[in-house]
Amino acid sequence: MKVRVKSHWPPGHIRTPAYLRGKIGQIERRIGLFNNPEGTAYRQPGPQRELVRVRFRMAEIWGARAERGEDEIEVEIYSHWLEPV
Amino acid sequence: MPHDHHDHSHEGLSPSGHPYRADNDTDLSYWQVMEIALRELLIKKGHLTAAQIHAQINAMDSRSPANGARVVARAWVDPEFKAALLDNAGEASRAMGFDIGPMHLIALENTDKVHNVVVCTLCSCYPRNLLGLPPDWYKSRAYRSRTVIEPRKVLSEFGLIIPEQMQVRVHDSTADMRYIVVPAQPEDSFGLSEGELAAWVTRDSMIGVSLPLAPQ
Repeated sequence: MKVRVKSHWPPGHIRTPAYLRGKIGQIERRIGLFNNPEGTAYRQPGPQRELVRVRFRMAEIWGARAERGEDEIEVEIYSHWLEPV
Repeated sequence: MPHDHHDHSHEGLSPSGHPYRADNDTDLSYWQVMEIALRELLIKKGHLTAAQIHAQINAMDSRSPANGARVVARAWVDPEFKAALLDNAGEASRAMGFDIGPMHLIALENTDKVHNVVVCTLCSCYPRNLLGLPPDWYKSRAYRSRTVIEPRKVLSEFGLIIPEQMQVRVHDSTADMRYIVVPAQPEDSFGLSEGELAAWVTRDSMIGVSLPLAPQ
């Protein structure tokens, strides 16, 4: 399944790497529910979020600057940062 | 003899020619004061004892890459264990007897088509509960930023050249999972026992910046 990382830039303890915002990848696996660090970092209770591993092609992230476009990066992203493509 | 025939002054150096390390006589930082205050409160209120805290520090210091090496060596000789490891590396490590606490671990298998390498771009996430403390370079800004941009160049600086037809897969350890690379077993090591094989598995091969090496 194809997903896009939301291109949001909120302040706070965000564990969605900036270099992936707005980029499209493929879901590699769903890991389960985890506490949302954006809240727990400030001791705010909140619903758990699904954590998803997403696979990106280097060409999608770095464009023509990529060392080898077919190489890949896999990253854990909380599901509220992902939107369907 | 590296310390013979100096033509400079030995003033300020130890008898073996090394500079003395400065005493840590500086004031405590804000966070050091916070840590001491919190620790003393926990002890005073009876939640923990000093001995328990020391035992935990000792347990963390005693974890080493040798633990991960034993896990990888077993995966090399035992296909059933390898399947369990790739399915749930945390449970498989616990089943071998390693106390890795609540850590969620994913094992990444290197094949003749894919080479895996682990980084944490946001901080320094590392499977400490299995492998112990990370190497200093793993926490450096250069390794953290460059590994996602130019992994092949970074790996070549570790002496590892990945053939063009092979896939490089970088794993950015950004959240709740921790990662261990299961390197491919070198052909030269086929037929060795699990105990002998563990000596081939280096820390760096489990991060993915080198390959297993014959013990010197």
